[in-house]
Parts: sequence; C-alpha cells; structure tokens
Amino acid sequence: MAIRVFLTLLLFLSSAILSFALYEDQAGLTDWHQRYIGKVKHAVFHTQKTGRKRVIVSTEENVVASLDLRHGEIFWRHVLGTKDAIDGVGIALGKYVITLSSEGSTLRAWNLPDGQMVWETSLHSAQHSKSLLSVPINLKVDKDYPIIVFGGGYLHAVSAIDGEVLWKKDFTAEGFEVQRVLQPPGSSIIYVLGFINFSEAVVYQIDSKSGEVVAEKSMMFPGGFSGEISSVSSDKVVVLDSTRSILVTIGFIDGDISFQKTPISDLVEDSGKAEILSALLSNMLAVKVNKRTLFVKVGGEGKLEVVDSLSDETAMSDSLPVADDQEAFASVHHEGSKIHLMVKLVNELDNVLLRETIQMDQHRGRVHKVFMNNYIRTDRSNGFRALIVMEDHSLLLLQQGAIVWSREEGLASVTDVTTAELPLGKDGVSVAKVEHTLFEWLKGHVLKLKGSLLLASPEDVVAIQELRVKSSGKNKLTRDHNGFRKLILALTRPGKLFALHTGDGRIVWSMLLKSPSNSQACERPNGISLYQWQVPHHHAMDENPSVLVVGKCGSDSSAPGVLSFVDVYTGKEISSSDIGHSVVQVMPLPFTDSTEQRLHLIADTVGHVHLYPKTSEALSIFQREFQNVYWYTVEADIIRGHVMKGSCSSETADEYCFTTRELWTVVFPSESEKIISTLTRKPNEVVHTQAKVNSDQDLLYKYVSRNLLFVATVSPKGAGEIGSVTPEESSLVVYLIDTITGRILHRLSHQGCQGPVHAVFSENWVVYHYFNLRAHKYEVTVVEIYDQSRAENKNVWKLILGKHNLTAPITSYSRPEVFTKSQSYFFAQSVKTIAVTSTAKGITSKQLLIGTIGDQILALDKRFVDPRRTLNPSQAEKEEGIIPLTDTLPIIPQAYITHSHKVEGLRGIVTAPSKLESTTHVFAYGVDLFYTRLAPSKTYDSLTDDFSYALLLITIVALVAAIYITWVLSEKKELSEKWR
Amino acid sequence: MAKLTLLFFLSILIFSSSIAFQSDELLVDDDEFGLEGAKPRSTDLHTSSSSSPQQQQQTPTIRRRYSDPTDLDSKVQFTLEHAFGDSDFSPAGTFSARLKTWSHGGKTLTKLRFSRNDFSAEEKDAFKNLLKGDDFYRIRLPSNVVKPPGREFVIASVRARCLPRDGLDEHFIIHMEGANILAVSYGSPGACQYPRQLKLPAKWSFNSHTILKSSEQAPRTPIFTEEILGSENVEGEVEPPPERSFWAKYWMYLIPLGLVVMNAVTQASNMAEEPAGGQAGGAQMQPAARRR
Repeated sequence: MAIRVFLTLLLFLSSAILSFALYEDQAGLTDWHQRYIGKVKHAVFHTQKTGRKRVIVSTEENVVASLDLRHGEIFWRHVLGTKDAIDGVGIALGKYVITLSSEGSTLRAWNLPDGQMVWETSLHSAQHSKSLLSVPINLKVDKDYPIIVFGGGYLHAVSAIDGEVLWKKDFTAEGFEVQRVLQPPGSSIIYVLGFINFSEAVVYQIDSKSGEVVAEKSMMFPGGFSGEISSVSSDKVVVLDSTRSILVTIGFIDGDISFQKTPISDLVEDSGKAEILSALLSNMLAVKVNKRTLFVKVGGEGKLEVVDSLSDETAMSDSLPVADDQEAFASVHHEGSKIHLMVKLVNELDNVLLRETIQMDQHRGRVHKVFMNNYIRTDRSNGFRALIVMEDHSLLLLQQGAIVWSREEGLASVTDVTTAELPLGKDGVSVAKVEHTLFEWLKGHVLKLKGSLLLASPEDVVAIQELRVKSSGKNKLTRDHNGFRKLILALTRPGKLFALHTGDGRIVWSMLLKSPSNSQACERPNGISLYQWQVPHHHAMDENPSVLVVGKCGSDSSAPGVLSFVDVYTGKEISSSDIGHSVVQVMPLPFTDSTEQRLHLIADTVGHVHLYPKTSEALSIFQREFQNVYWYTVEADIIRGHVMKGSCSSETADEYCFTTRELWTVVFPSESEKIISTLTRKPNEVVHTQAKVNSDQDLLYKYVSRNLLFVATVSPKGAGEIGSVTPEESSLVVYLIDTITGRILHRLSHQGCQGPVHAVFSENWVVYHYFNLRAHKYEVTVVEIYDQSRAENKNVWKLILGKHNLTAPITSYSRPEVFTKSQSYFFAQSVKTIAVTSTAKGITSKQLLIGTIGDQILALDKRFVDPRRTLNPSQAEKEEGIIPLTDTLPIIPQAYITHSHKVEGLRGIVTAPSKLESTTHVFAYGVDLFYTRLAPSKTYDSLTDDFSYALLLITIVALVAAIYITWVLSEKKELSEKWR
Repeated sequence: MAKLTLLFFLSILIFSSSIAFQSDELLVDDDEFGLEGAKPRSTDLHTSSSSSPQQQQQTPTIRRRYSDPTDLDSKVQFTLEHAFGDSDFSPAGTFSARLKTWSHGGKTLTKLRFSRNDFSAEEKDAFKNLLKGDDFYRIRLPSNVVKPPGREFVIASVRARCLPRDGLDEHFIIHMEGANILAVSYGSPGACQYPRQLKLPAKWSFNSHTILKSSEQAPRTPIFTEEILGSENVEGEVEPPPERSFWAKYWMYLIPLGLVVMNAVTQASNMAEEPAGGQAGGAQMQPAARRR
C-alpha cells in the first residue's frame, strides 16, 4: 500500500512538472518583449486635433500603426498577414484610417484614436495590376465624397462611412490601368487618367455619385510610356516615355488630352536614362539623371524648365501647403557624418524656410525617405518636423535641429541570429558600482521576507517587483557565473548587425555592413547569414571572439559575396573582404586553427568550394581531412552528395579553391514528389547519452549521427494551399537520408496529407507538423531512429571483457542497421515554426517550442511526442514517465512561454544553452522580439531568485540562540540537581 | 513434352515454396524482394548471386510463368553502370524485373533479378588502382525503369576498399516509387572496417544482394472514441497490477527489521559478557553509597 501511495505521489509530482507556468509577479523578470513595425513605406500625419499628435504609418512588414510624434511610442498597431501587403494609406473623414491591401482587393477602415476596425470591404479583383487608393481631402466633413480605389482591373467607389461599394467600373476588357484619379474639390466629376498597354492615354470623366462615364477621350502615344508618372497639378501629369529619354507632359483640362514632349537632352547636357522620383511637388517634378537630381518646373502650358539641381544623393518629401497658397517640401542630403535638412518653398527654391544640420550615426547609412509635417510654433510662425527613414530601416523624427526620437525598425526583419558570450569581468572593474550597499541588500531581503510571509503592503509589493527587475545585476556587461548574461547577435535584412543584451534587450552595439572596396556595383551588401568565427577559450582574457557575417551584393544568386569579420565585444569590423565568387552555401567545419578560428567552406554556383580563412595553416589542417570532407546540395527535386576532388589550381591560381565530384544522387520523381522542407541537426548540439534505458531494463542505442538530413516531399498538386486538393491527390513523404553515402535510412509516406511541413531535428528524433486532409486536422508525427548494430552490447560481461564494439570507429560505409519508431498525434493549432530547447550538457529533458499561428510560443514536453506512448502503460512504464496515449497533443494555456505577449509576425525561434544545465535561452523574432529563459525541468540546480536568504539566516540565528539558551538552562538545572 | 514442362513447373513451385518457408527473417520492411531463381537452396533470400551462365538460362522459364496470367504485367530491363574513380560510366550488369500495373494505376516492380558482368582485365586493373588509392567505386541506375534513363541517373558510391572479402561482396537497396528509382544504397553487406585496409579479393567474382524497397505507409493516427476513454476510467479493476515478489514489495520494511535484528543480536552477544562487568560495577557503587 505504501508503495502505491509513494508511486501515486511520484506520478503526481512528475505531472506537476508539466503544469509549468509563471506566477503573475514573475512576468518580466527574465523575459523582455520589444515591439517594432518595420521599414516605413507611407506616413500620413494627423494633426487636426491639437494635443494628441500622431502619425499613421504603413510598413514593408505589412503593419499599419499609429505612432506618438512626441516619443515615438506605438499607440496602436495591426499586423496584417504576410500576403496582405499594404498598397496605400489615407485618412478619411478626419477619423478613419483607410488602408488598401492585397493588390487593391481589401479596403479597411480603422478608427483613428484607438485603432479598432470600423469596416472592411473586399473588392472584386480579376487580374494582377497596380493598385491605387485615392482618398478625398475633404474639408467639409458633412459631405461624403467616395473613396476611389483601383485594383485588379476594376475601379471602385466606396463610401467612407460604412465601406459600402457605391459603384464599380469594369476595365478588365480593355486592359486599362488607372494611373491617376483627380477629384477636383467642389465638383462631382472625377477625372480618371490611365494607359492602355502603356501606349494610349485615356481620360474618363466619371460622375462620382452614380459612376456613369460622362466623357471619354483617348489619344495614342507612338513611343509608349515607361510607367513612371508624376502628377504636378490638378490637370497635368508628367510621364517618361519607354526609352526614358523624353518627358511627356499630359494635360487633360476639361477632359481634353494634350501631349507635350521635352527631350531630357534639352534640359541637361549629359543626358542618360532618366528616372522620375516619387515625390509629389506642386507644379514641379524631380527627375534623376546620371545621379543628379533635377527640379523641373512645369509651366502653365506644359513647358518644362530646370530650376535647380542637386549633385549628391538627396531624399525628398512630398510638398505640403503652408500659409498663403504656397507649398513647401523638405530635402535631406548627407555631408560627411552630418545630414542637412532643408525646407524650401516650391515656387521660390531660393527661399529656404528651414535649414538644419544634424549629426548622424554613420551606422545608419543614407536617408531613404523623408516625410514632412508642419506645425505652428509658439511664436505663431511655421515650424517643420521631418520623419526620416534611414538605410538601416530605422525611423527618426527630426525637429528643431535634433533627433527627437528614433526607432530601430531594422530589428523587425531579422534574418539570422547567433549568441555570444560577454567579456569576462576583470578584477577591479566597476562591478562594485552595480552592487548594493549592505544596508540596501538587507532592506531588500527584509522586503522579500515580508512578501513571502504575506505581510507586505501594496507599496511594498511594488517595491519588491521593482527590486526584482533591477536585481542581481542582470544588465551588467560582464559574463556571469550561470551564463544568464549573453549577447544576442541579430543580423537584419538591410545588413545591420545588432548585439542585444539578454538582461533587458537593449542594443549594446550595432554595425552596418559596408562594402569592402566601395565599388560602384556594390554599395551596400545585404546580410545573409551569421557564423561563429572565433571563440577563444585558451586566450579568453586577452582575445575577443568574433563572428563572420556573410553578405551578398544584390539579390541575384550569382552575385558576388562579401565576408565581414566583426569583434563581438566592441562591434567593430576587424576586416572585410570581397571574395569574388558567389555564395550558395556556407559550411562551418569541425576544425579550428591555432588561433581558434573556425574553418569554413563556401560553395559557389560554379560548383567550387573555397576554404576560409585563407592561411597556410588552415590549408594544412584541411588537407589532413581532405578525404573525409563531404557535402550535399538540395535542388528542386534532386539531392546530390559531393566529395572533395582536388585543387582547382588548373583553372585559377587560387590554392584555397577546390573542385568536387558527385558521389550520390537521390532523384525524386518530378511528377509525384517535390521537396518542401529539408532540415539537419544543429551542428553544436550536445547529446548527453547515447543509450536509452527502457522500463524493462532493456537498452536502446540512439542513432546519433551528424550526417542525417530530414527531407519532406509532397505531390506537386499538394504544394498549394491547404484544402486546394482532395486527399487522394496529395501525399506527403518524409525521408531520413545519410548525407555521406546517400542512403535512405527511413522513408514513410502519409497518404492524404499536405504541407506546409514544419520540423525540428534533435538527437535521434524528428518531430514534424503537417495537415491531414482526411481528418481535417493538423498532425504532428515523431520519428525516433535507433541503432541496431550495437544492440548486443547489453551484456555486462561483454563490457567488462572488452568484447563490445562501442569504441570501434563508426563509418558511414558500413551498412547501417537501424530501426525507427514513429507515432502521430493530432495537434489543434497551425504552426509557424518549431524549435527545441538546448542545454549545456543535454541532460535536462527537452521541450518543443511551437510558434503557433497566434504568434505565441507554446512549450510542449518532448514526453508528449514519445513514440512509445501506449494506451495503457504498465506500472513500470508509468514510473519511467510514459504518458498514456491520447490522440491529441494537449495545449495547456499555462505552457505559453510568451504569457500575455504576442511576437507579431513570428518567423523564428532560437535557443542557446546557458552555463547552468537546467536553463536555456529562448529568443524569438518576427516583427517583434521576445526573449526569455526557460528551465524545462525547473531549476533543479540553483536556488530561485526570490529565495529568501534572510529567512534562512534568521532561522539559523534563532536555532543557534535556542541551542544556547537550552544549554544554559540545562547547565543550571544540572547544577541545582547536584547541590540538592 | 508438356508433362515435362509441368513437372519442371511443379518442381520450381516446390522450390520457391521451400524458399518462402525458410525465409522468415529480415524481410520485415521489404515489400518485394527480387531473387534469382537459380539457386533454390540458397539461404540468403533476397540474393541474386554471381553471374554464372546456367542461372541465366533458367531465368526465362520463370519469367514465362509469371507473365502468362495477367496482361498488365510487362517486363523491364535496365542496366547498371559503373565508374572507377573519375572515369566514365560503362555497363556493369543488367537488372530485369516485371512491372506490375495495379488496377488503380499504380505500378510496382516485382521479381527483380540481377546479372552482374564479371570484371574484364582492364577493369580489374582499374579496380586495383582504386583499392590502392582508397578511391570511390561508383555505380548508377536510370531514375525511371520504363523510360531509361529517365530524368537523371541515380548515383551511389562506395570506397572501393569496403567491397573485397573473399570475393567482391556488394549490397544494393533500391528505393522505388512506382516505376521510378529514387535512390540506391550501395555498399558491402556488412560492416566496413575503419581504417580501411588494402586487401585484394581472392576471387574476382561478384556476390550481389539486392533489395527493392518502396515506401511504407504511415499508420493512421489513432482516434479514441468516448467509449475507450470511458472504459479507461474504470480500468482500475480491469487490469490488476502485476504481482511482485515478496522482496520487491516489502524491502523497505525488511531492511530496517534486519537492522533491528542485527542490532539485537550484537547486543545479546554483548549481554553475555556484561553480567560480570555489571556486577563489578554494582560492587563499586556500594562503597560510594556508604561513604555518603
């Protein structure tokens, strides 16, 4: 009986571990969450109501947000889906934010103060076309002018009040593309200008009330248009012809079309290909020719004349009406480390309203976009502020010659993440500064004691919370004993590298990738991936670790690559090189040279492999292992294995370049299978034990190989969206392939299933998530692979006598004797990404970190996806921790590690071990960033932060006192006894 | 004559059934396995071994036997090609099999047979060079057996030093998907020692083993109805926990009991000596009392 009680207690305890969650007051202690919006595309200022000054922005990450102009904080924000790109933003009726998205097929209105959706209208769309949103600027609110939307071949008029489609006009038949919609104020006629096949200009006059075409005029233009257009006034637009050498002014006064051609060579001597800049200026347009920006004034009769030109690269804003019927615009240009902001009147370019010079961080790059806004100063004159978007995607507000606030929006587009250690705390360096004095320390502990004894007043609770957040020097810039303080290095799409502190998420340093040779072709490389280059252990005190940033010039796959080596502690670029070949794959090798630089192989498009670092020492190390270096490539439906062949010195004089030859191929039949996902184990993963002990004292040897590749294929028909095919048409096949010999070790086909497949590979198991069309549910399958060849090593005598093959070298050329166990479970949620926790020694049990469709992260114990789960586990199996089989994986609300936060637009989860075995770092990125520390089996190897040392001390003191008192008492008693 | 053929048929049927009888092991995950009909008493089931002429003569009879019943079956042949190191590929053998077309349109390959060409003199030299250099012996198969070579060749390689034993032992696992070959695993049937020793084969004849594999179907995810879950709740009486040994049940009581007993025994043995000491102590006490 007692055994049973003991067992039930054990079971209870083990299940208690599962219900792992935070207490409310623990939120924000170890985790942090940062909200971003991405690179701003459009900005609309709203300053009608004084006081609450805000700006509405839409971004390349499909976010529409309202920002506080004073502090740059987000008032509200909505992240639209990844396929729901925003085409235009406007403000209607002074209270609604109107967004057009999905190529002009979805129109939404959001309430300006709180961001709630007011209405949503889905517009009919027949074909892909450029989309256009025209929101009337109406000064009289009572009159309802319709919103004119063009997209997908249709022109729609939508009521701003309730989103009702008032009328629509079908232009699909003619191939008519609307370029401009003009709504002259006070008139019910709207002018719609468009091109048919870019060779014929058509102007429709449409009654905005009924949608009837009042008049239609068209005119052929023999040369054809290029599509770039700038509207200069209410009745004139300027376009470029298809040769980009002639500017054509199209006037459509009262519906009559007139062309007026002006060759660019007339305007400027050294003509070339011209480009119309997107800035909207009244009666003027900005043209970029030969890296010079020309301001061309458009006269009354469509006559063009150059009024000004700027030599270096300049960013411009749209023009903005200021007092007395005049319009002003802002321009920003660089000069050294400074930027100059100028606000000029459009009509009188010599009249500079504002000239400001601002010191700018070199690591922000150039100015990409400027949005200007004016305000009335305290002295009733016009003031200007400018919102600028920099090359690194950061957003800054300039006002009165200073940067009022800045947002690092590059962090919304993280592409690769790695972690790095902080410098070791050197003796005598200001560590003591952060420590509290003894009195404060005591006070803190007394407060904590109060809290734990439930004596704390509400103020005390607040104080305790504050103390906790600030406590334990978690924000120090030195390495700590537990490895809790680390740097997270995040590479962003614009090519900027950020180092974030795990303690509070602040940016320790940031660095923008530069082109090494400053060549014309590659001004700014974009970042691809990030590798640990040098992690010094032997010289940890006097050598700094460094990372390798691999970048590329341009988006083409054969574009030349750029390598940059960055010091992790300081964020300074040590060196960078233009490697002169393309980068297809970067392979870190398991070798380091004497300075602990890791050897890397980079494969190019030609099929050559290049060794880095280019030193003779690295070459000699590599030559030693030359025979044993294999690599593989994954194409659309072929996987090829390669081996090193020889130096490619016959073709080039480069001795660090090697040729390879094909060893094996796996050819998937193109009519039935298409690769949708491949995955390998993390190269730095630690496996604690190779054997697994069963409940019946049986041993299973894990097949732990670094050369396993997980591949998932679906039928080509099933590669589309979920539900687009019938179950009979789609099947999913998964493979485990040895990448040295190309052997298929495991192959399993799921009939009637469909991607997308999200998988995670760790130790000897793979867990993957897909959709089951027959069951109409998502499923998760686990595959564990075990080694049979070592199964005979169970006998103790064999081990003692040395008759085992455990120490024999393992070669891939032996025929593998493996077997797999697998099981499928239903999972109620759609998944964006899956990761697994990783700890320093791999002893702690693992948790799957599932990024759900709701942008949260769910921690699921690996025990739930154990293939050995059975319906009625025996007593012994229960003791081992096997959970009774269920058909669905549980989603426990407390197991969301993101608790109340959402990591909007979640794209990836990265885990890294801390020095403490129980704990792992988790960093999730998307539009937002989220970091937390996780202990999958609770912190069994350390006391928790809120452990009350004071209580322990008091107890000890009390005990010692009690012992002393009783001792004295007993002495006295004994004495009196003796004297009796 | 007809009787003779019938007899021959019957004998083959008996032989094949005897193979099936012997063949219990190892076939767990192999749907189809090809075997050369020649050596009926061969214990290795999925073997197609060596290229002696008499075996090749026998194969046609089997072929006829299986081709008769259904028209859907057709026979296919595809060649194995090999290359020594970086040399070009040249024919090295022929696979022949039947292509079975199922009613639902799927195709499977059955009854695979393999005839391996022996190495010619130059090939032997080339292979010896491979052994010396520890280089790769590469083979390839067409990726589609109906329309060879299909889209691409399926290539596999092995270090040449892994093959030689007594003869040249090779092992093919051909992964099929319908009439397509996805991949071929090629190597020695057993382990390949590392570091690889240079060893020339005693016989220059191939001993080939071939397995055809097609994909396994994933088991359906179990769906539990309410009843099963309901029955699970009253499962307590259904399945009594397995009986344990006396020791496993009561060790926690037995060990302390044993300790107590041992303690008692030692005390008892001490007690035997004690009476004398106890009396002596008592004798000493008395004078002290008197002194008082």
